[in-house]
Parts: sequence; C-alpha cells; structure tokens
Amino acid sequence: MARPLPLLRSGDTPPGLLDRLLRLRWTLIIALTLVAAIGVVLLYSAAGGKMAPWASTQIQRFAVALVILLIAALAPIRFWLRASVPVYLFAVALLVANALLGTGAGAERWIGVAGFKIQPSEIMKIALVMVLARYYHWQRHEDIGRLHLLILPVILIGIPAALVLKQPDLGTAVILCAIGAAIMFLSGVKLWKFGVVAAAVAGAIPVVWNLLHGYQRQRILTFLDPETDPLGTGYHVIQSVIALGSGGLWGKGFLGGTQIHLNFLPENHTDFIFPILAEEFGFMGGLVLVLLYAFIIAVSLGIGARCRTQYARLTVYGITTTFFLYVFINMAMVMGMLPVVGVPLPLVSYGGTSMLSLMFGFGVILSAHADRNEWISRFADEE
Amino acid sequence: MSALKDIDQQRTFARRAAMLVGGQILLGGALLWRMFDLQVRNAEKYAVLSEENRINTHILIPPRGRILDRFGVPIAINQEDYRVLIVPEQVRNLAQILSRVASVVEITDEDRARISRNRRRRRRFQPLVLKTGLTWEQVAKLEINAPDLAGLRIERGLSRNYPYDAVAHVLGYVGPVTDRDKRPGRDPMFDLPEFRIGKAGLERTYDQLLRGSSGTKVVEINASGRVQRELRRKPGTAGADVTSTLDIGLQAYLAGRIAKEKAAAAVVVDILTGDVLAMASTPGYEPNAFVQGISPKTWRSLRTNPLGPLTNKAISGTYAPGSTFKMLVALAGLDSGLIKPHTGFVCPGHFSLGSARFHCWRRGGHGVVSLHNGIKQSCDVYFYNVAHRIGIQRIHDMAVRLGLGARTGIDLPRENTGLIPTAAWKKKYVRDRWYPGETVVAGIGQGYVLTTPLQLAVMSARLATGKAVTPRMVRKEDAGLPDFSSMGINPRHLAAVQKAMSGVTNEPGGTAFWTRIVEKQFAMAGKTGTSQVRRITRAERARGVIRNKDLPWERRDHALFVAFAPVDNPRYAVSVIVEHGGSGSRAAAPVAKDILLTAQKRRSATVGPTGPAGGSGTKTGGKGERRG
Repeated sequence: MARPLPLLRSGDTPPGLLDRLLRLRWTLIIALTLVAAIGVVLLYSAAGGKMAPWASTQIQRFAVALVILLIAALAPIRFWLRASVPVYLFAVALLVANALLGTGAGAERWIGVAGFKIQPSEIMKIALVMVLARYYHWQRHEDIGRLHLLILPVILIGIPAALVLKQPDLGTAVILCAIGAAIMFLSGVKLWKFGVVAAAVAGAIPVVWNLLHGYQRQRILTFLDPETDPLGTGYHVIQSVIALGSGGLWGKGFLGGTQIHLNFLPENHTDFIFPILAEEFGFMGGLVLVLLYAFIIAVSLGIGARCRTQYARLTVYGITTTFFLYVFINMAMVMGMLPVVGVPLPLVSYGGTSMLSLMFGFGVILSAHADRNEWISRFADEE
Repeated sequence: MSALKDIDQQRTFARRAAMLVGGQILLGGALLWRMFDLQVRNAEKYAVLSEENRINTHILIPPRGRILDRFGVPIAINQEDYRVLIVPEQVRNLAQILSRVASVVEITDEDRARISRNRRRRRRFQPLVLKTGLTWEQVAKLEINAPDLAGLRIERGLSRNYPYDAVAHVLGYVGPVTDRDKRPGRDPMFDLPEFRIGKAGLERTYDQLLRGSSGTKVVEINASGRVQRELRRKPGTAGADVTSTLDIGLQAYLAGRIAKEKAAAAVVVDILTGDVLAMASTPGYEPNAFVQGISPKTWRSLRTNPLGPLTNKAISGTYAPGSTFKMLVALAGLDSGLIKPHTGFVCPGHFSLGSARFHCWRRGGHGVVSLHNGIKQSCDVYFYNVAHRIGIQRIHDMAVRLGLGARTGIDLPRENTGLIPTAAWKKKYVRDRWYPGETVVAGIGQGYVLTTPLQLAVMSARLATGKAVTPRMVRKEDAGLPDFSSMGINPRHLAAVQKAMSGVTNEPGGTAFWTRIVEKQFAMAGKTGTSQVRRITRAERARGVIRNKDLPWERRDHALFVAFAPVDNPRYAVSVIVEHGGSGSRAAAPVAKDILLTAQKRRSATVGPTGPAGGSGTKTGGKGERRG
C-alpha cells in the first residue's frame, strides 16, 4: 500500500516530481512489466525462437510505453481532466482521417503517422473513457435522472462507434459502446434506461444483420458452430482450442508447441498469442498470466475506489474496465467462447498502438492514485 | 457542490462499482473455468487432436522378393521407376495438372478414365496414380514445369519387371489390389495404390512370401502438409526371394520351340526330384503389361481370345490323352493278371462289340499283335481288347496310381483335375449307366478321359521310375532328393511297358522311329498320341477318313507325345501337346525330341555326363557355370 500523502489544498505547492515519482504505485508498474515480459517471451517463441521480428520491437515499444506511462503518471489528474476533451477530439480526428485517407484495400484500421502505423480505435478506447468521465464529473448527481442529459454522452459514444463500424470493425464498435455504457452505469444512470437500450439493440439485430459484411456474418455463424467450416473461418478457433487443450496442465515446454510451430495456428503473434502460452506452458502458464491480469485489475479498482473526485473514479474504473474487456474478449475468443472480433491480448499481443494507449491509460490511473485525495470542482477551475 | 451531494455521488458510484466488479469476477471465473475445462479436464482429447494434426503415418511397402530360376538367374525382378500421383483433396485444378503432365508424358484416354473412376471410388486423401514408369528425365521436366501444382506428387518406386516373356504363364504377374483381395485384417499396404499382389502363377502361389510385410514411417507435418522431419521408422520385412525349379535356358528354348504352333503346351519334369524344369503354353502374353494394370480393352481381348493366351494349358488345359494312355491300360491289364506280356490279339482293323464297330487307326489292321507291338505300333484294337477284358474300374485305378484324374499338387494356381471316368462317376454326373463301348474307347484314351499335359509328364516320370514322382515349381531349402514312394507296380510289368516305349522310338516300325534321338546316351523312350476331337461317321469311314490337313484347324486331331530320357537311366520326363496338330508322331514327337535333347545336352554341358542333373537339390550351378 502507498504511504498516505498529506492532504493537499489548493494553493499548496505540489510536491516535487521526484517525490511524486517515488510515491507511484510501483507494484502496478512491475505487474504491467511482467505481463509485457511474458509477451516478449511468447513473441520470441512465435518467431520460432528468434528475437526478430517481433520480440525485439516489442521491447522497444514497451520502453517507449513505459516512458509515456510515467509522464502521464507525473502529470496531475487535474491536467488529464482538462485534457480529456482535446484528447477525445484528437482521437475522433484520427478516426475521421483514417476513414478519409483509407486506401480502400479493406480492413482499414491503421493510419500512417510520421512513419508509424497507428490504430486510432485503440486510442479512442482510452479517450472515450476520459471524455465521458469528464462529462459525468461536470454533471450534477441530482440531474442524473434527466433524460436530455443523456443526449451528449450518447453522441460522444456514437460518433467513434459509427466511425469504427465504417472501417468496418464490428468488434471494436461494440467494445466502445460497452465502455461508454460502463461509465454511464457507474455514474448512476438508471438501470431501466439500459434495459430500454438493450431492447432497442435486440430489435435492431435483424436490421443490422442485413447491413453486416458477409465475412462478419460468417464469423458470427462460425462462432456459433466452428465445426461447420473447419478449413475456413472456423479453422482459427478449432486450431486455437486444440492448441490450448493439448497444452494440458504443464504444457509442451518452451518452443515445444506443435500447433504453433507447425503453423496450424497462424497469426499467433497478434490476436492468437494466448494459445502459445497455453500450449507451451499449459494451464499453469495461462493461470499465471490470468492472475497477473487479475492483480492489475484489482489494484486499479482499489485505486479508483479511493479517489475523491468523480473524474478520477470514473476514469480509473473506465480504463480498468477497458483493460478487462480486452483480456476477457481476447481470451474468450481464443477459447471459442466469443466470435473472432480482432481484439489483442493487452500488453502481450504484438501491436504498438494498443500497448501505448493502455500504458498511457495506466499512467492516468497512477496519476489519479497520486492525486487521489485532491478534490476538483465541476468546472475544474482554480478556486 | 455540497459535501452531502458528493457523498451521495460516491455512494452511487460504490454501489455501481461493486456491481461492475461482480460482473467482471463472474466473467473472469467463466474464463478460468473454460481454461480448466480445456486444459485439464479435456487435455487428453486435445492432445490426441494435436497429434493427429501433426503426425502422419506413411506405410512403407517392402521390396517384393525376386523369383529366381534354379541357377539363381532372376526371372522376376524389381525395377526402379518414377510415378506421378495426385492427392484428390489437395487438387484445385485437375485439368491443369493433367495438361501439364501430358506435356511431359503421354496420358491416354484410358488413363483419364481410370483417374476419374478412381477419383469417385477412393477416399479423397488417398493418392491416385496418374502415370507410372516415368524416367528421371521426364520427372525433371515435370518438376520444372509444375512445381506449384497443388496435389501433385512424384514418387520413386519399384515396379515389377519380367525379363523373360518365355516364363509368362509360370511366373504369372502382379497387379493392383482389387476390392476382392481386401479382407479385414490385411496388411495396411493393401490400401496403397502402388501396392501390387500376385494375380497368377508363382507370383500368386507365393505371394505371401514374396510380398513381405509393410513397415511404417511416422513423420511430423506442418499445416500445409509438408513433412518436417521423420519421427520414427519401423522397417517392414522385405519379401523373400523364391527359387523356382525352372531352368530359364531350357524354358526359353521350350517356349521358343512351341511358339511356332498356334496353340500348344509342353512340360519337362526332372524324374528324380519332380522339379519342373520347363513349362510353357502357347500363345502367351506380355506379363509386364499387367504390372501397372492393363486396359480393359486389352484385358477383354486376352480373355475372349479362343486360343486362351492367359491360360497355362500345361496345367489348366485338358485333353483326351489318346494313345499316350495305352501304357497305362497295358499296366492295368498286367496288374490284373488278365493279360500277360505275351498275350496276343488279332487286329483285323476293327473291334466289334455287339453291333458297334471300333476302328484301328490302320485300316488294314496289324494282324497278330503282342503287348510290345501294341504299344510300339499303337494298335487300337489290341487295347480295345484289353480294356474290354479288364473293365473301366481297373483302368481308372491304374490311372489314379499314375497321377491322372486328380491334381498333381503342383504349386501353381488353377490346376485342373482332368477326368478318369468310372461307372459310379457317370451315374452321378451324367445320370446314365456305363456302356461297355465306353470302356473300349477309354482303352485308347478317348471318350470321357481327360488329362492335363503336366499329368501326362508326371505319368511318364512314374512309368520311367515306378515311383510316385510328384511335380513341384519351387524347391524346399536344403531338402535333398525327395524320397518318392514306390507305386507298388510289378517291376517286370513296368519293364515290359518301358521296353515297349523304347520300341516306339528306337525300333523300326515304332510310330516315332523317325524322330528318335540318334545319340545313344541321349536316347528317349516315348509314346505318340493322336486324340480325336470329332466323331467319324460310318459314312465318312466308308468314303475314307478325311485327312487332317483337309479339315478346318479346330476339327483336326490333337497331337500328343510323352517321353522320358535317357532310356537306360531316365532323368527327364516330357509331355507335349500340339492342339489340332494332326498326328502325334509328326507334330508332337519332334518337339519332345528337341526338348529332351536340349535338356540332356544342357546337363552334360553344366555338370558333365555322370554328375547329377543341374542343381538337383544341391548347391551346384550358378550363373557362370550355367553359361559355361
């Protein structure tokens, strides 16, 4: 547990940056680093026992991500509260740019910025949390039941969701909606309103079904019964489940996974990386990772529960929930419990944007932790 | 901004947060349960699936054993060649594959038909043979032209090859496994398209020995089916070589000698061992054509050919033995005591029984005929008399003792039993009583009597030795000379018959005197036979019997000759039949003479005049010696 910080009142000089750095929740940073280390080991295995091309790059990315996390953590939570709207607008701009600049080659989820390929939707997951937290920080608690005050958050969710859906990326769109719903839920929006939305969604399913791309429909159908298409869409899931199951309790040993190394399971450095861990290190290996994730989530939730301001609480819980959704959807997907929607395993899968944005998110959590006792007004103005 | 409202807000948050966390714990628990279910509870099932993914077991066909002649000369061998296969489930574009392969090696319409037929019948992952017998150059060309064709495979393999056409019938051939050959529990190599089993001849009789048993090669494959490495190999058992009793040199001579005839068969048996030194049947076929599976058209034409090229007439063809039967009738008579060696009958040219008349081949008759002259001059009336006196049962019993009327037990498939009739047989199968006239015609080997050329060769061997010589195609290892039991025939009777047979060839007036072997040490004893295949009517006989050369081929008499040599120390027994060849003395005896002379000369050339015949159960012989 962190040492208690002296209660800060506005006007007090903030403690020095070094002091703040030393008082960060380092257990959380260590847990994140351990997860990333597992990722590097798995990428090394995925490359057939080589650092190139993935493991070495992933280490560099994690180093960058760690710096971003520390910078975010050192910035005061008040700063992030103020930055929420610009960050959101920036993410929306990226998504719009993505939609406009898309080369039309399909699966346009990346955008090139200064030589890097970034995935705007990954940034949006964090940005959406921040902007909704900012909104509910502003909203008075007694107004929570007013219907017209739901319009803005729905728009805030709807714009990125629609843009992502255009890409087309149904999975991420659903995740964005879920994240938004989680923040609204935490803010106290009445449960029956969620019920109405759920009913509306259910009613819309037949309509949406007709709008879906063939491959998306096929993915959902195959999810319902992967055996129907053992060499096509269902192949991934079947082989992934075989990789997991055949790992058994203790696994086949490092670099000993036959499913992986004989290419029965392609794309195993990105979304299907968990089967490497499960096949080579077995149930026990998988359990270690799951427990690390659980630890990270528990620590983060603990931080959120102790924050004084609504913005900090909502941001921490929102980011943690996002992180949880990543973990759950990815693992449920590779275990054949959910359709294949293209969600990476956080900090483990090879991919820069999701790692950077998640580490940034944890930086904000750490910032919230450092400033947990600070109270910030609705308008975040200096009092 | 009252603190109270803050607390309200925080309470709401705490309540909602607890619900959210509860939901997360539930979902997390579901994940862990699924993981546990897959990796611990069902680990074995998935381990098997994963192994099935990566492990592929290849059946290894062992090389088929060779068949050697008695001197070790290979007469059925394995030749290395290349074959193109397709794996139907991997094939994306069959037409493309066919056209590419066709640019290198000809693909006939029959090949195409066979492929599409097998493609429907066989399972999708079983490779189909597209074309066999490719050379290395053709394979190289194909690999350059078609490295990227999915489902195409090139394999190196061994194909059966028969260097000598002369042995076709005895060796038989191998062919693809048909559904009939598949029985549960069979070696898994039976399911491989390139596997061949013996379909006829020695290849069939000794198939079990020759084919060995399959091995397995367990390999690891990757997702695209490419072999990564070999994990285990269990070598099979190579097929054993089989050493036949044949002398390929004599066999080639014999086959060549009778190849001039339209349809004929001949057998040479080593009298001491029962070894079949040579056995041939005309017309023959090209055995190598069967190895890759012959076309239905060729098969039909071989099957429907009236001359029966696929039939080994030496064991499957049955012929009335004609006069070659007479020694046997004489022995039966002597054995019964009803006639003596000096018993004479008058031959007026015919034998009357009631109102029926049975004619002698010589119109004017032979006058007073003794047993010796009866055989030597082949007097029909003499044997009408003997047969009529002793009855069909005694003839039958002696025939059986001499190896007729039953399979000789030769180790070849499809041997015929022939037929030696009795009254009981006729009652059972013809549903009629036995007439005395039928005994009379049986006395000269006509009527119901049927024999195979091999049986006649065995009969000659038994007549020459008095022992129950049994023929064989393959010698048992290190068994030495077989010990044939005596037939229990009075040696004096036997000697009288042998002397008469010698008279046939070596005494003036003998029916085959003109085809005798002049060299004394090689001299043979024999008996001509001319068996009628048509009925000569009373009217024709009155006009004068039409001569053979004036008849259509298929109505002419069969020509037969049985013999053994050398006459004073018999070693070789031979029988020759030339279908519709006319008279035995003119068509069959010269063949027998040439064969016996060749056999004896080969023997004296290889082991000298006094030594044992080539390789008789000993380790003599070998390539060099044989050539010497």
